[in-house]
Amino acid sequence: MPAEAFHEWLRREGRIVIVGASLAGLRAAETLRAEGFAGPLTMIGDEPYEPYDRPPLSKAALLGMASPDHTELPRRRDIDATWRLGVAAAGLDMAARRVRLADGEEVPYDRLLIATGVHARPWPKEDEAQLDGVFVLRTRDDAVRLHRRMKGPPRRVLIIGAGFTGSEIASACRNQGIAVTVAERAGAPLVGALGGVIGAVAAELHRENGVDLRTGVMVTGLEGDVTGRVRAAHLSDGSVVETDVVVVSLGATRNTDWLEGSGLGAGPRGIACDAGCRAFDFRGIVTDDIYVAGDVARSPHPLFGYQFLSLEHWGNAVAQAEVAAHNMISAGADRRPHMWVPAFWSSQFGVNIKSVGVPSMGEEVMITQGSLTERRFVGVYGYQGRVIAAVSFDNTRWLEFYQRLIETGAPFPVEFTTVDRRPEGRKPVPADFPDPSLPTHGPTVTLSGYSPADRQLVFTPARH
Amino acid sequence: MTHASLLHRITDYANRANPYPLYEELRKTPVLHEEEDGPYVVSSYYDILGLLHDPRVSSDATNLTAAGADELSGPEATGLPPSFIRLDPPEHDRLRRIANSSFGPPHRPDRIDSMSGELSGIITELVDGFGDARQIDVVDQFAYPFPVTVICRLLGVPREDEPRFRAWVDPIVAALDPETRQRTDDDFQRAAQEARMQLGMYLAGLVEQRTKEPRDDLLSDLAASHGADGTMSMMEVLSTAVLLLIAGHETTVNLITNGMLTLLRHPEYLHRLREDPGLSVRIVEELLRYEPPVQLVPQRTCVADIDLRGVTIPKGSRIWLMLAAGNRDPERFRDPDRFDPDREDIEHLGFGSGIHICFGAPLARREAQLALAELTRRLDNPRLVEDPPPYRKNAVLRGPRHLNIAIDSVRS
Ligand SMILES: Cc1cc2nc3c(=O)[nH]c(=O)nc-3n(C[C@H](O)[C@H](O)[C@H](O)COP(=O)(O)OP(=O)(O)OC[C@H]3O[C@@H](n4cnc5c(N)ncnc54)[C@H](O)[C@@H]3O)c2cc1C
Repeated sequence: MPAEAFHEWLRREGRIVIVGASLAGLRAAETLRAEGFAGPLTMIGDEPYEPYDRPPLSKAALLGMASPDHTELPRRRDIDATWRLGVAAAGLDMAARRVRLADGEEVPYDRLLIATGVHARPWPKEDEAQLDGVFVLRTRDDAVRLHRRMKGPPRRVLIIGAGFTGSEIASACRNQGIAVTVAERAGAPLVGALGGVIGAVAAELHRENGVDLRTGVMVTGLEGDVTGRVRAAHLSDGSVVETDVVVVSLGATRNTDWLEGSGLGAGPRGIACDAGCRAFDFRGIVTDDIYVAGDVARSPHPLFGYQFLSLEHWGNAVAQAEVAAHNMISAGADRRPHMWVPAFWSSQFGVNIKSVGVPSMGEEVMITQGSLTERRFVGVYGYQGRVIAAVSFDNTRWLEFYQRLIETGAPFPVEFTTVDRRPEGRKPVPADFPDPSLPTHGPTVTLSGYSPADRQLVFTPARH
Repeated sequence: MTHASLLHRITDYANRANPYPLYEELRKTPVLHEEEDGPYVVSSYYDILGLLHDPRVSSDATNLTAAGADELSGPEATGLPPSFIRLDPPEHDRLRRIANSSFGPPHRPDRIDSMSGELSGIITELVDGFGDARQIDVVDQFAYPFPVTVICRLLGVPREDEPRFRAWVDPIVAALDPETRQRTDDDFQRAAQEARMQLGMYLAGLVEQRTKEPRDDLLSDLAASHGADGTMSMMEVLSTAVLLLIAGHETTVNLITNGMLTLLRHPEYLHRLREDPGLSVRIVEELLRYEPPVQLVPQRTCVADIDLRGVTIPKGSRIWLMLAAGNRDPERFRDPDRFDPDREDIEHLGFGSGIHICFGAPLARREAQLALAELTRRLDNPRLVEDPPPYRKNAVLRGPRHLNIAIDSVRS
């Protein structure tokens, strides 16, 4: 069949299967229908629930402002799908184009989208992880359990890990007057994502809000009482924290186990794909019938030296799902690259935090608006003489501008005057990331255009 | 025609009724700079959006160096310190945050929603007031009195003082019009000055009283302390109150009037709205794109050189952001000159964007939605008496001065 006729057939009656019935899966399904896909569509999800939203689980839901079991994602349109909820995909036969389910059934496909996301990394010592009162937070069930226990109220909550989720949980606890200890291996909260300079501001936020913040320490063990309930945690500095609720916030692991032996290029760091969301097989050859989107994907970004980025970002999941869905049913020339500029938001201790670009690539940071001491600012990250990222604390509305600077490879340091620029913002300082494993080649690419349909890559020679 | 005359044609009253062909011409030169000390005029959607988020663009008139005061913006003629609309961060942020904490989420998420009943009541009263007239002026009999009454209730002006309050507001609002502002006759000036003073003193008295005995109104909230930002000074409360009064006033009048006019020109939507009041949400959104009350933002200045589409806008220049032109930019909207509330993508610039995005937007939306739905429901067989209607002088806050319509009856 000629390619054009094939895609016409595919749009009309091809079978599409989506594994992972959450944010990326749902938005992809909606896009498929919006773009005229008329064939049978199957949504496979191991959770028993219809797609729901996760960001509120560590924010409004823990504050009791939203019910953790009612954060359903708003629907953009009817997707007319066969839902297989509460059953996991357990295997993939690429040659026969079939997904095997945990209940033994097999679902054939002409196009497959994998959007299985990540799961919370559990406490590594299994017996300690089993203790009553030890939680992780990724799913709606996790949130319901944690929320119920927080209403107790607990005498003290210990949070292990001060990344975004850990910090948000700490904030929710303090908001309700619950005593909290946060243990973080790095020198400050959010260091991995935003570096030490901004991390220091986050540390102040914690402390001012009454968090017992312990940095530069690791939790070495959890201890239970005779009934199997957690009662204390031991820290690497020899101290002991009495606690009855522990939340393990040590990041996430990609949900790729079920693809073992399938021949797909899937591993603990995710599923590698090209800029058009087509998955690579383990030989590094691109497939044409398997696509990936969301937290589980790892895709090369031209703006960031073609590095393969894995992003656990809500907005990325949506944008990537839309591109994947479009490409699944489009012929070569109509396909679009996923060139979303990474963006992430968080809210904690009453502060709105947002970042664009890849702050962790930054060598230096300068405060171009506002001030660190007031905790209202925009910080810009520089990498090899170019703007690579920006972060704002309670200054979200400016970020769009900085995104443009990133997209167009604007020079760093930022020399021009801005409104609300203070003396401290005149000079860049080291961004202070613990492990700057930075690639060495210079910028070669910038983005132009506004909508996905007219986004263009513009090649520019290296500047040095 | 030459470019040299384009801005003059836009501000020329002769073209007030339909400036859109001029905007189309304007977009052909995305960064227009006609005269040496004139403004840089930006008219494409994405460029405007970019500049609204650009920290090199200031709202503080004191940053203006290249040219003198702006004939279209001028100082806020109230004798009060600048309100947050004419300030940059950090002052802007502090004042707007305090104001917001009594107006919207997270502190008062239900402030606007909870006013719906009251808004409907005011609308009913005004429409009842049409009596058995066969012709009404939507502007004088409805769209003007409505927002003043609303702002009175919101601020906490006692019902019995509303007529006095309006008597002060009218000359102040009249004096905002650039044409009238140039009037130098003593009586007019004295009246406006007198009204400003009276209003200021009246509000100050009210604030003082609310500081002692807070109630559930905006003045009480503004006067009380909120979180890390502390309190507003008396003068700051007053300039914020006057800002809400004037900004909330001028825009809502035009939004409602433009809305009625547009519906009468597109009767299919008038009929659909009568059947389904819920459609008012989409209609108002599309109105804000198609006939925005604020046509342009003339008060911006740049504090550094800005390169835009190959033009360098030098530091200190005035920038005009032509929101209404951006709203009909074919690069952004399909079939932009069509009024189409059914369009899926209406992300208009009607309320601006960035840190100065319209503070009163949630209220303005609600006012216009309720007003248009109710007017449509109650006016039997409404028809335009003249098209186009006579417009107000103002090129920035554009809208009909009168909107006379004929009706068969007022339904109950
Ligand atoms: C508590 C919390 C707070 C967050 N806050 C923010 C925030 O403030 N800002 C932000 O940008 N992002 C935030 N995120 C991240 C954001 O939620 C994710 O980026 C987004 O959910 C990714 O969507 P996804 O569809 O790729 O993956 P997921 O939402 O993880 O969905 C994957 C789905 O696939 C299912 N699945 C896995 N394996 C299988 C299998 N074998 N068979 C069938 N189904 C399977 C999973 O159970 C899950 O339902 C937060 C995440 C969490 C958990």
